[in-house]
Amino acid sequence: MHELSLIASVFDVLEEKAREHGAIRVAGVVLKVGVLSGVVPDLLTSAFDIYKKGTLAETARLAIVAVPVKLRCPDCGGEAVREDMEFSCAACGSRRVEIVEGRDLFVETIDLET
Amino acid sequence: MTLKTLSVTRDLLATNKQAAGAIRQELRARGILGINLLSSPGSGKTTLLEALADRFRGRFRMAVIEGDIETERDAERIRAKGVPAWQITTGGACHLEARMIGRVLGDVPAAIDFLFIENVGNLVCPASFDLGEDLRFVLLSSPEGDDKPAKYPQAFLSADGLILTKADLVPYLPFDPARAAAEALSIKPGLRVFTVSAIRGDGLDALDAYLVETLERLRSGRA
Repeated sequence: MHELSLIASVFDVLEEKAREHGAIRVAGVVLKVGVLSGVVPDLLTSAFDIYKKGTLAETARLAIVAVPVKLRCPDCGGEAVREDMEFSCAACGSRRVEIVEGRDLFVETIDLET
Repeated sequence: MTLKTLSVTRDLLATNKQAAGAIRQELRARGILGINLLSSPGSGKTTLLEALADRFRGRFRMAVIEGDIETERDAERIRAKGVPAWQITTGGACHLEARMIGRVLGDVPAAIDFLFIENVGNLVCPASFDLGEDLRFVLLSSPEGDDKPAKYPQAFLSADGLILTKADLVPYLPFDPARAAAEALSIKPGLRVFTVSAIRGDGLDALDAYLVETLERLRSGRA
């Protein structure tokens, strides 16, 4: 439930990039949200809508791309996406897997109007 | 008027990760084992710390950073045990962040062995924030039910150990410690599991020994 503070960090990035590129408007933002990040996309969207008022991103389109869990297996060397919250290697069944994707939150791209 | 798409790939938790990295480095350099305790409210984090304060007295020095939304209550309980404690009141925030720990770290005495950080009671958000600790425990108390690991996988996935608390209540509850442990282990194999009753003292020997062993490992790796 800390989506609003994460959106504040998104706006830090937006402002920095808009300034750097002399943009007059932010037209769009793509966020990548790991399914294990603990963040709820709907709440992120609501927080964005609250935060954008009166900013360069007031009319920006927000897209949230969910990043599934990707596991790497040190036993068989396999790397695969796992959609079922089962933390084992799909190929060999090993439970020693490490999570390589699906935990993080990224601002992926920003559309700027200059 | 032109439109351009910038590829940014900026990690939103990068600031926290950096602050956490600096804390981890400082704690290791000072030979202090940092321990982050995560759980829902009322699972017995503070009671466990009180019990550890009694056990460590005269053997090891500990300090505690308490995170809560409001009040100094937890820090006062810890201070009553003669242990230095700092209360961080987040004023509504659902988790502690590394920066908050960083601000307190300068006040923490140099000559301590264990720095416990009791996170805000919440089994969801604190999981996403590294505080620079070297050991993370999730506590799950018997009244909460043994079905929680699968419901809140992020917390268990991020932890090094699981402490099943309030073992003294197990006879009165439909809580099976073995089932809770098995479910947590299916999410995070290698999780160290401890079953304790902080008020009765059950299981504290094993937890105490593990903390001491981890501290020694941290210090031998420091050379």
